Amino acid sequence: MNVDSGEAGPLLSVTDLKVSFFTPAGEVKAVNGISYDLRRGEVLGIVGESGSGKSVEAYSIMGLLQSPGRVIGGSISLGGENVLEYGRRQIRNMRGNRVSMIFQNPMTSLNPVYTIGDQIREALTAHSRVSRGDADRRAMDMLDLVGINNPEKRLRQYPHELSGGMRQRVMIALALICEPDLLIADEPTTALDVTIQAQILALMESIRKERDMAIIFITHNLGVVADICTRVAVMYAGHIVESGPVNDIFYAPRHPYTLGLLRSIPRVDDESRERLIPIDGTPVDMLNPPPGCPFAPRCHECMNICLRAYPPATAFADGHAANCWMFDRDVFDREMAEREMPDL
Amino acid sequence: MGGNYLIELKNLKKHFRVSGGKGEGRHVRAVDGVSLSIREGETLGLVGESGCGKTTLGRTAIRLYDPTAGAILYRGEDITRAKIKPYRRKLQIIFQDPSASLNPRMTVGEIVGEAIDIHGLAPNKAARAERIADLLDQVGLNGEQANRYPHEFSGGQQQRIGIARALAVEPEFIVCDEPISALDVSIQSQIVNMLEDMQASHRLTYLFIAHDISIVRYISSRIGVMYLGKLVELSPRDEIYKMPVHPYTRTLFSAVPIPDPAKSRAMSRVILEGDIPSPINPPSGCRFHTRCPYMTDRCRDEEPELAERSPGHWAACHLSA
Repeated sequence: MNVDSGEAGPLLSVTDLKVSFFTPAGEVKAVNGISYDLRRGEVLGIVGESGSGKSVEAYSIMGLLQSPGRVIGGSISLGGENVLEYGRRQIRNMRGNRVSMIFQNPMTSLNPVYTIGDQIREALTAHSRVSRGDADRRAMDMLDLVGINNPEKRLRQYPHELSGGMRQRVMIALALICEPDLLIADEPTTALDVTIQAQILALMESIRKERDMAIIFITHNLGVVADICTRVAVMYAGHIVESGPVNDIFYAPRHPYTLGLLRSIPRVDDESRERLIPIDGTPVDMLNPPPGCPFAPRCHECMNICLRAYPPATAFADGHAANCWMFDRDVFDREMAEREMPDL
Repeated sequence: MGGNYLIELKNLKKHFRVSGGKGEGRHVRAVDGVSLSIREGETLGLVGESGCGKTTLGRTAIRLYDPTAGAILYRGEDITRAKIKPYRRKLQIIFQDPSASLNPRMTVGEIVGEAIDIHGLAPNKAARAERIADLLDQVGLNGEQANRYPHEFSGGQQQRIGIARALAVEPEFIVCDEPISALDVSIQSQIVNMLEDMQASHRLTYLFIAHDISIVRYISSRIGVMYLGKLVELSPRDEIYKMPVHPYTRTLFSAVPIPDPAKSRAMSRVILEGDIPSPINPPSGCRFHTRCPYMTDRCRDEEPELAERSPGHWAACHLSA
């Protein structure tokens, strides 16, 4: 699907990013060395449970991390420039202009005391010199594009006068008004009903196609990922434990956590009623993560080494990779040999 | 099994008066005439968008709200206006947000024990402690955890405590109101499996309310679909998915994304225009007519009755009648 044109490098390149929160109770390594590339037109799904670091990672691209959170290592390269070295001005210039973000709850991300028109105009005038008439015209076109009827009237309305689905459309309009290269969507449909979710997903897909924009889609909903993403990164306890093209992740998952997630959810098209296979145990306590692989305590394949050392990435075909000791041939063979010893 | 109905709802209505603000003095018609019978031992799933009245229906069915009109029958007995305490033991609920539904100042033992005390289910202290330990054990916690407070537990464990509390009074009917939607994906199936085990071992009947249609389809024997305070379709679980009658059901089911890229992308989705209308002033005739792609004049004027289309499959739509 993604033809690598080779003419330019990736739009976004995250390398060994580390983000920690320095809390009174200790350091929480929310993002613990993740790397990925993103090209124009791609939709990268970042999947993970609460506390996996998926949102923190996105916030650090936007320079939105709040104290006590801090990027402590790695780089985020956007069009060849390291975003982490940006000064205040440069970050302001990037935000909303080259990279935009939409959030889970549109009510709390829109300002309740300004009209929709005020807010869209503000985004425009922050990044370019436009007259009020021009700004209004562009805002109306944008509202029209995101499927809001009667845009002229909506510009004069306040957020509380709109429904949840409509507010999320306004958020998307706001995010896209300056034609960003990259849209980061943090659980954009989680607070919405399925029928409205379907509307919003269809809208994002059509805009992506039209503008050849890249999207990072952060979610815990695997159905949504299957629907809209071209590539997937599965996060667990601050690590990307598996990543690859969407088909590889769903049809040939390698990491026991990915496999566990896929097996544990019921599918609406499934008649079998076979008992669900849950992932045992509880999510990691990020203040006291276990040494080694953080998934090891819940993993059915857990070997001795998993409790001691974090596994390196093993690459499979087509950019599919997983961090699991099972795929290190030597380690695996040695562990299996040790396991058989007592039987001798 | 057979035709034994544990709970019957007859033309049940629950309206809330709006106080303050724009709609002052008017009524939110959250549940507006729903008839439904639940068989002993079954799981009846209830789906619909937020604001459709599914939670209100669940709460009214066990008299957490007093109905505005209509009747509730428990084993054929009218309990609509009856004194509720003797029935409360039989009719329980598990809430959506486990941390909000457990008193933070009570220990787990107190939370589970309170119901035992109210209904006088333990003859003495030792029996009470034993019962609490046994309940915690049943939900996968251990008796020693009875002295701890809710905040010391993870979300999944808190929901287990909520389930232990519901089970403490040996109920027959449990309303499960979005019991897993606040939990992490990897924990959801643990709780679903446990609810199923409890149903088998305690012979429970569930009304399972959720907006996640995949989970409802998995756990339910029959599924009801609500729209703006009305039941628009009711059918055995496979039939309603494969042969939905009501256009709203079709839309709702087709909108559910499937965790299978090829299948999900190949699906033809019916994308609805607009939003759900206000339950303060619902549309005339069929309430879905403002968004229905097949709307006719009749739909605007005349409200369709819920009618049986094939054995056990009911729908309220003029078009397919």
